[in-house]
Amino acid sequence: MNFATSPVLTLTLPTWRSRLLLGVFLAGFVVLLGRAAYLQGLNNDFLQAKGESRYSRVIETPANRGRILDRNGEALAISTPVKSVWAIPEEVQLDRRELARLAGLLELPPRDIEKRLAGEDREFVFLKRQISPEIADRVADLHITGLFQNREYRRYYPGGEVMAHVLGFTGADDVGQEGIELAYQDVLAGKSGSRRVIKDRLGQIVEDVESIKGAQDGQDLALALDSRIQNLAFGQLKAAVEQHRAKAGSAVVLDVNTGEVLALVNYPTYNPNNRSRLSGAQLRNRAVTDTFEPGSTLKPFTIALALEAGRVRSNTVIQTWPGSLSIGPATIRDAHVERALTVAQVIQKSSNVGAAKIALSLPAQSMWQMFESVGFGAAPRLGFPGEATGKLRPYRSWRPIEQATMAYGHGISVSLIQLARAYSVFARDGDIVPLSLLRTDAPAAGQRVVSPETAHAVRAMLELAVQAGGTAPRAQIMGYRVAGKTGTAHKEENGGYAPNKYVSSFVGFAPASRPRLVIAVMIDEPTDGKYYGGTVAAPVFAQLMSGALRILDVQPDGPMEPIKLPADDEEIKESV
Amino acid sequence: MTRLNLLLLAVLTACALGLVTSQNRARKLFGELEHEQERSRQLGVEYGQLQLEASTWAMHARVERIATRQLRMRVPDAKRLQIVRPEGAPQ
Repeated sequence: MNFATSPVLTLTLPTWRSRLLLGVFLAGFVVLLGRAAYLQGLNNDFLQAKGESRYSRVIETPANRGRILDRNGEALAISTPVKSVWAIPEEVQLDRRELARLAGLLELPPRDIEKRLAGEDREFVFLKRQISPEIADRVADLHITGLFQNREYRRYYPGGEVMAHVLGFTGADDVGQEGIELAYQDVLAGKSGSRRVIKDRLGQIVEDVESIKGAQDGQDLALALDSRIQNLAFGQLKAAVEQHRAKAGSAVVLDVNTGEVLALVNYPTYNPNNRSRLSGAQLRNRAVTDTFEPGSTLKPFTIALALEAGRVRSNTVIQTWPGSLSIGPATIRDAHVERALTVAQVIQKSSNVGAAKIALSLPAQSMWQMFESVGFGAAPRLGFPGEATGKLRPYRSWRPIEQATMAYGHGISVSLIQLARAYSVFARDGDIVPLSLLRTDAPAAGQRVVSPETAHAVRAMLELAVQAGGTAPRAQIMGYRVAGKTGTAHKEENGGYAPNKYVSSFVGFAPASRPRLVIAVMIDEPTDGKYYGGTVAAPVFAQLMSGALRILDVQPDGPMEPIKLPADDEEIKESV
Repeated sequence: MTRLNLLLLAVLTACALGLVTSQNRARKLFGELEHEQERSRQLGVEYGQLQLEASTWAMHARVERIATRQLRMRVPDAKRLQIVRPEGAPQ
């Protein structure tokens, strides 16, 4: 049998087998096509996303925090970018030399760095935050694996300690924590945006796909503060606190017409650019958050009320003999015993007995209303965090002795800024001005408290108080007529009055013919033996007022003659 | 028919090449734009730092210190002061 006749050659397979095979192959192709169409046409999100993740990135566009400016546009707080260095400890391989150089650049002890890298967190650890961009570049030049840098912002305060309490400060994440920075956080903070871009394999952006959210820079904030006056106030206050070896001090300067806070200083203070080792005493914005019993500076309000009610006139005579007044078991005393004083002289000589007698002739309710309407017992609504309201008890619970002592500022407590604002009633024509920390430029509408006639009468009395024969001749300044009132009060301690701890204060305004500024000064616990407001606080007021009026170019309204001051050792006693 | 096809192919190729070049140019220009924007950010930062520096140098405390210590300036005392009122101003 040869090959050609082999029966195998003639064997034919059934045709269905080849058809079946063809069918199977075709079906396979159909499935493939279907799947391809499904993935690319119908359900393509997943693959699209996978593809995009290879080249497209969403990056953040940073926004700047707004600046804080003073009323003349001088920058008081500016954010600039800084870097922070962080590491993934697992990946960091440092040899001795690298460690030494890194430690040198970051100004950290090498052992400290090693400790941090060996710490519990293996994924992320900050080595140092907020370093300058120059140093960050040099750290990057070391090319250490596992070491990364982040862009952050740091806030700088060129004014330093002078502005510290007003401005406050921001934390490491550029969020306000105190003062204006906290109060106006929403305005100052920028909103960072984001955008989608295409990056090439070198990490460079080659195409902007879309802007998801535009970055919004924070707004600049123009404060009412005048940095020249602020600086002057700080210098004077600091000198006075040191000279009288006092525990603390505050001063407030207000614009009478607009209610703007032109200066607000406290001492002791701190440097907001370097906040390591801060104490609570340094941080306290005393003028706003602390209250004290003001003493005689409250007398004018009682007198104003009596004038307004028509009970007395400026020249009504009040019997003050024998210089003391007993109400129940308590006795009110005067430092100078006078036979009788006119109402104007009660202010001029600061007579407690006179003020108490006038107060007792008035209903408690109207006295309470007076204190309430000049803003005592309520927060001044400046927008500062932690504004003190002070203590003003409801008149129903007043006993006669309390009503009498409140007339000269005891049994009631106020903050310095409340006191300064209250005096705007006399500096303006009987209305009280709302305060503003921000620049307003426009005259503010006040709320009427007493009639213009009463305000002018009290103003004239306050002018007497700073002249020879008054309690504060040291508050006079050359070229301007000044009006004001001293206050000296025992400090409250453990529910009673501390016998040898005082708060000395002075509140006044000038020029008296057309007041422009109200200035309040408070010195807490002077310990060098002098403690009368007229000796301790009034000179600060005089220096500050004359400087501020010169800075603001206010036209003089008084005689251009040198002031005759009492001799240095002569003290004008005031009833405490 | 073939001729038309060849012509269309040539047009297509030209278009495609044009697209490639313009895309390339667009990317280059975009790169430059990015670069310039980064520069403007940098300059903004520098401006902020310079402002900071300016206000640090111009701090009143410093000016006052230099005026009193180096230049020996002081506020004249009351006896040597004369106020000149502008003409026609109310007395």
